Amino acid sequence: MVLQLIQNENIRETVNGKRVITKKPELLAPAGSLEKLKVAVHYGADAVFIGGQEFGLRSNADNFTIEEMREGVEFAKKYGAVIYVTTNIYAHNENMAGLEEYLRAIADVGVKGIIVADPLIIETCKKVAPELEIHLSTQQSLTNWKAVKFWKSEGLDRVVLAREVGAEEIRLIKEKVDIEIETFIHGAMCIAYSGRCVLSNHMTARDSNRGGCCQSCRWDYDLYENVDGKEVPLFNEDDAPFAMSPKDLKLIESIPHMIELGIDSLKVEGRMKSIHYVATVISVYRKVIDSYCADPDNFKIKREWLEELDRCANRATASAFFEGEPSYKQQMFGFHAKKPEWDFAGFVLDYDEDTQMVTLQQRNYFKTGDTVEFFGPEINTFTMTVGEMWNEDNESIEVANHPLQIVKFKVEKPLHPFNMMRRRTKK
Amino acid sequence: MKKPELLVTPKSLSHIKELIDAGADAFVIGEQKFGLRLAGEFSLEEVREATEMIHQAGKKVYVSCNALFHNDRIEALDEYLQELKKIGPDAILFGDPAVVMSVREFGIDIPLHWNPETTATNWFQVNYWGERGAKRTVLARELSLDEILEIKENSKYEIEVQVHGMTCIFQSKRKLLGNYFLYRGEVMEVENRKENKNMFLHDKERNNRYPIYEDMNGTHIFSPNDICLIDELSEFFEAGIDSLKIDGILQTEEYITTVTKLYRQAIDAYFDQGEDTYDEIKDDLYEQIRAIQPPLRPLDTGFIYKETVY
Repeated sequence: MVLQLIQNENIRETVNGKRVITKKPELLAPAGSLEKLKVAVHYGADAVFIGGQEFGLRSNADNFTIEEMREGVEFAKKYGAVIYVTTNIYAHNENMAGLEEYLRAIADVGVKGIIVADPLIIETCKKVAPELEIHLSTQQSLTNWKAVKFWKSEGLDRVVLAREVGAEEIRLIKEKVDIEIETFIHGAMCIAYSGRCVLSNHMTARDSNRGGCCQSCRWDYDLYENVDGKEVPLFNEDDAPFAMSPKDLKLIESIPHMIELGIDSLKVEGRMKSIHYVATVISVYRKVIDSYCADPDNFKIKREWLEELDRCANRATASAFFEGEPSYKQQMFGFHAKKPEWDFAGFVLDYDEDTQMVTLQQRNYFKTGDTVEFFGPEINTFTMTVGEMWNEDNESIEVANHPLQIVKFKVEKPLHPFNMMRRRTKK
Repeated sequence: MKKPELLVTPKSLSHIKELIDAGADAFVIGEQKFGLRLAGEFSLEEVREATEMIHQAGKKVYVSCNALFHNDRIEALDEYLQELKKIGPDAILFGDPAVVMSVREFGIDIPLHWNPETTATNWFQVNYWGERGAKRTVLARELSLDEILEIKENSKYEIEVQVHGMTCIFQSKRKLLGNYFLYRGEVMEVENRKENKNMFLHDKERNNRYPIYEDMNGTHIFSPNDICLIDELSEFFEAGIDSLKIDGILQTEEYITTVTKLYRQAIDAYFDQGEDTYDEIKDDLYEQIRAIQPPLRPLDTGFIYKETVY
């Protein structure tokens, strides 16, 4: 189903005789490490959300020390980008100690705001670090305008809506309440209302609402009926087992719609994902947002953007609730992952224009003769075949098989630091 | 020391009568359009009747409005709350702050109980929602005994703890059962099983069975065991926990009534005759529950003595 796009005059202006969109939404990227943060900003994110070592979900992500946050903030500032810190656990009593000092430290290094679910953290932040913006996390599963109004009355700056909220619901919320709205546009998602799932607690004693989620919603189950105490299977031998694994969210084609709704921040999920994922996804959405805002009347989604996004996808994708109730087609039954056709093979550190030699850091196996592709914000994506290679000691090599090893070879087109190299894994 | 309230979930009007006789002090009722995972469905008219009946018996009645409301249900919620104002139950349960806003807007002076299920996890929240109208908090089931006691100690408002029954461990807006049958191309199955509450998911690795059903709030999944704390109540009594809840979701009226009688005995033994008497009879009370436990529903102590990591 494709909803009709209603043009929003409040976000437009006439510039040089052309109607353009001047109220651009923020593109918000995830980063599980300082390197990912830098890549996200370099590839076009307006803002990055990161986790500290306490009070945030995703306890498996690398997460930032206060010093790393400072460096991240400084780096982002050069690009005009800002940093938010997730502090979205539902705290137990034992998690309350140290919160004041932590929030103070975050504010002192120049973080712009926190993403939070627990009123304990909201109130503590108002008290000890009032300069921080407070954004309500999707963990609160906000689903209606009246609840949004409540949080506005509590002094919050922004709310992240529940992933179950659709386009028309967002329109009404925007109409009724003057508060910044953030919604997810891309990435893995919970099948449950966020915050309302404790499968992990019950199955593995890992607290999902404090960052321990074991993702048991991705497992297979057998469905039975209890008939007077007898277990009757509701599946046949050859049926796929019961599953509730959602496809990953991908709303690239809905971006114009989201911009017209006046959504303030478009969020990409994935603090655990690689720099390759962050770079690919952010660069594509950057192009979509910029192209639409520059010339909304003649905008078309380019096939190359869709293909580019697919290069880092490891699950099938869907639009979830944005354009209506998701059907069974938005879940995965009987299979779980798809292998990407491209591997992230190298991260460009340097390029010498005189010798045309690139220096890059290996991120995955590659060898002389492989077909590789280079991409990055400064260049047009191009493909080539790897020729002779040298290692850090200028010894000739044919295979780059050591993680993070330094590799040099000749590339005729100019490259820049932060550019990335992919290798085709499937012919 | 004051006796804690014994709170139950009736399935019908006639069941309320039985439960009053069985010794229940308070009742949670409502309908799925506004309240989550209720043992019985009570229309507004039945809520009116139930409230009269319960008040005549000198007991309390709470109406559940703890659903996550989408925009399209806000108008109905507002009308419902204004009807409740006329009926006058002793409390309204909520999870969604929209209810707080509506109660303010319409000057409804019925006290609120904050019951968001999984997210009531520390004493600060109890006081926070208390200051915004919640006279009581229903604690998350995933808390340890020590955490519960510390919350009670630091809370300025009433605390309710579930001591018996199944607990909800998952709610999705998606129709996960219907989707599974549709994926298999079995439209008939979806129609046939719409009201079915006997289904469960089997987790082979843990050999656990999780009850599952769908209603207008989406898909709900429940704990594989029933909590049973009838022999573990001393510390709740000493701490002054205000309300002990028996959740009868997916159980028969007969079962709920029997369990209510047994908890009544436990509370009365402790407060009327003393801790020693409670200690003497508690194992027997536990055995009596075990004897009527439905097949495939083991008992456990929930998270009271379990350590959770993250």
